[in-house]
Amino acid sequence: MIQQDSSTGEAGTDRVRDVWGGRTPHARGEAWPDRLDLALAEGLAESDVDTWVKSACVLCSNGCGCDIAVKDGRMVGIRGRTDDPINRGRLGPKGLFASWQGMDAKDRLTTPLIRRGAELVPATWDEAMQAIVERSRALLDEVGPLSHGFYTSGQLFLEEYYALAVIGKAGIGTPHMDGNTRLCTATAAAALKETFGADGQPACYEDVEECDALFLYGHNVAATQTVLWARILDRLEGPEPPLLVVVDPRRTPVAERATVHLPVRPGTNLALMYALIREVLLQGWADEDFIAQHTMGLDELPEHIAEWTPERAAEECGVEASDIREAARIFGTSERVLSTVLQGFYQSAQATASSCQVNNLHLLRGMIGRPGCGILQMNGQPTAQNNRECGADGDLPGFRNWDNPEHVEQLAELWGVDPLVIPHWAEPTHAMQLFRYVEQGSIRFLWISATNPAVSLPQLPRIRELLGTTDAFIVVQDLYLTETAALADVVLPAAGWGEKTGTFTNTTRTVHLSEKAVEPPGEARADLDIFLDYARRMDFRRLDGSPLIQWQDPEDVYRAWQECSRGRPCDYTGISYDDLRRESGIRWPRREGQTESIDRLYADAEFSTRADYCETFGHDLLTGAGVEVEPYKAARPDGRAFLKSAKYVGPHEPPDDEYPLGFTTGRSVYHFHTRTKTGRTRQLRDAAPSVWVELSQTDAEAHGIADGDVVEVSSRRGRLVAPARVTAIRPGAVFAPFHYGYWDAPPGAEKRRPTAANELTITEWDPVSKQPVFKAAAVRVKRLGGAE
Amino acid sequence: MNLPVYLSLLSQSEKTLADSFRVVAEAHGDEPDIHFLCMSLADQCEEHQAKLQPVIERYGEGSDDEPERLHAAGVGEARTGPLGMLRDLQDLYLLASLTDITWIAVEQAGQALRDRELLEVVSACDKQTAVQLRWLKTRMKHAAPQVLIAAS
Repeated sequence: MIQQDSSTGEAGTDRVRDVWGGRTPHARGEAWPDRLDLALAEGLAESDVDTWVKSACVLCSNGCGCDIAVKDGRMVGIRGRTDDPINRGRLGPKGLFASWQGMDAKDRLTTPLIRRGAELVPATWDEAMQAIVERSRALLDEVGPLSHGFYTSGQLFLEEYYALAVIGKAGIGTPHMDGNTRLCTATAAAALKETFGADGQPACYEDVEECDALFLYGHNVAATQTVLWARILDRLEGPEPPLLVVVDPRRTPVAERATVHLPVRPGTNLALMYALIREVLLQGWADEDFIAQHTMGLDELPEHIAEWTPERAAEECGVEASDIREAARIFGTSERVLSTVLQGFYQSAQATASSCQVNNLHLLRGMIGRPGCGILQMNGQPTAQNNRECGADGDLPGFRNWDNPEHVEQLAELWGVDPLVIPHWAEPTHAMQLFRYVEQGSIRFLWISATNPAVSLPQLPRIRELLGTTDAFIVVQDLYLTETAALADVVLPAAGWGEKTGTFTNTTRTVHLSEKAVEPPGEARADLDIFLDYARRMDFRRLDGSPLIQWQDPEDVYRAWQECSRGRPCDYTGISYDDLRRESGIRWPRREGQTESIDRLYADAEFSTRADYCETFGHDLLTGAGVEVEPYKAARPDGRAFLKSAKYVGPHEPPDDEYPLGFTTGRSVYHFHTRTKTGRTRQLRDAAPSVWVELSQTDAEAHGIADGDVVEVSSRRGRLVAPARVTAIRPGAVFAPFHYGYWDAPPGAEKRRPTAANELTITEWDPVSKQPVFKAAAVRVKRLGGAE
Repeated sequence: MNLPVYLSLLSQSEKTLADSFRVVAEAHGDEPDIHFLCMSLADQCEEHQAKLQPVIERYGEGSDDEPERLHAAGVGEARTGPLGMLRDLQDLYLLASLTDITWIAVEQAGQALRDRELLEVVSACDKQTAVQLRWLKTRMKHAAPQVLIAAS
């Protein structure tokens, strides 16, 4: 074992300066070696720690196994777990520093707040809950369930999502439930559902050790999932490294290491994907037997891919035709390809259609379900997968199909309610539509948990206006007084990571239990306790008259969830709290009585598309039009995967004379979300204190901008003011990180010196996943002055 | 032969539908999905018209005044607000249905005439008209409860 001291002291290697840590190179097929990362509060040694409490990190979708250091009732540090399959002891900068320090800032919310005029004033829990319940009850009586909306996060635990899903769907009966997950993983879920019939990641991280080619589509893994990048680097620096193909308009650290880098023009992913598919088919690299036996839809591909020769795609995407050919050759001739996809595809034009083409490439070569042959439609958030599984994002729990009456009946029986109570007349309301209903006044009660739409949604001037002037009653439950909480009618102080117990599932279906290590500050309460309190006060009942919600603690809810997941693709019945205490990370599905997990889904090429089992009957990828049950059944997919495609139409707001540049947003390696935790961590704040804008040398020269000059970037919706960084980003593209809001800025900053990238982004979403298009807006830049 | 009448009718239907999609796109610009999709679908209708043109040139244009009742007026002026949006989508649905059934009538004639070129045009275009109908239905099914119960 290699010991790496990542303490907060200035000496030695720390993950802020050395983000991915030292290498442990190894050959293909060898297990990833461990490396213990550790951070403790200044002046403390390991021997000073009172107890180590088992958990996993919640600052990216890896969910790295860790232990929380506790001394004198406070969290004082963290160390990776070397026995954990996700990280083998490693932690990244966010996990090492923000996870525990981010909980410990002086400005934590410690008491409920109620709005009295312009002011939020402290109140008791009883007063706050009473205010919520009175308004909720009055609106249910006056308007009914459609007056209520819930907007959640990728930060809560499984138990909290499931409790909220039952309250929302069986208690209130509203279809208006969605999560911040809609900004991160909705397209992952949509792409998996459209191709394979149900959500659920086919591959696992061990495929990094097994692959001989690695394709990263719009996935800056070096910044978003630092420990996974360390894992990839260890292959790249060992013998027989995999070939690496990267699609990204920026020259990211990942692109620096690529065999082929395709810096596509923002919004053109689908054209590139069609060129790759066309080439793989044309060169005879497809596995015809696999296609014939296990897929349907091949006949629909030609009309969409025909025109996308490498030359035509090169012109549209702004890359070299020879690079497209080389990338296709690598995909077509490698034995084991692992593909990963993230926001560069999910938040760009034709998101689901583009992401489905990654699945298609794998299906065309029969590369799924075997070691090294896999697809990871990545998540951005640690517990987004739970939101999707449990139904707090609107989907029906257990990957059930809202369009299948038997699935709705199963839930009604489980919850003891009339199936008519459970909203299933149409797909659930997605986040952007939910806010539109608030704007129009038809949602009049909005409960926001652990997320910050006043910074994270597109077109911020509109969102501020909407939240600031609405008649809707807004409840915000969070750790800090975020930009959103400041606009609420009632603010509830929540307990967070390390202050409550619960489970969460990472992007590779791996479940961890995170135990309570310390007491939350002041009167802060676990999100689960808040939801259960609301349910009790609302007195929701089952058909037999007993209370709808009878759970007391997280394990009660977890057991109920296990029952709900029984027989579904995400079966948790063989994963108990005790199992999770014994093993560090367990993958679903693991059915009752089983002690081994399934590492790779679809090893038998039997996909989740049977009509009585599938999560959706699917959609047209161009419009989002739903496929109806009869044609679905008539097509008899019977376990075959769908090769779906759609006509390429390109971005809806392409650069023009007035706004000649393409704007794209992304992440800083040092921050997560809107910096709720990371911005309150000294090491990370110092490493990336404020927003910046990246543009190419060509565009900088054309505008008379030098590195460090202060520039204004504007779109049809708003403006951003920041220092410029002249980088190797493709000419014509402008980048800004999206983390920087206004909670730590002087009052009025959003007008004088706006720093949130979403001031500029467009209100538009993918027709299938309903994920906002954050990465394709037209902008112009102007030099405001010299370096400050 | 009356096929030219129906070919002209179909071409006119696609034109009316394209114009109507654009009117609705403009009127409901605050609903971005409706705005952008209606714009894309308007383009699609015009592509259908263009694909039909060589067939019309072969068979000739039909007299436009019979049967008069089959011509539908487009969405002249769009409505406003949530209820107006639902009703505008419903108008589009009726126009798209007329187009769809006209494609089917023309397809039948193409079968009887063994006109492979015509059948290829029908198969490419009517499939898209069917998706337009499905999208309109999907969107209306989603909006209807909120519009009819909770919107002011």
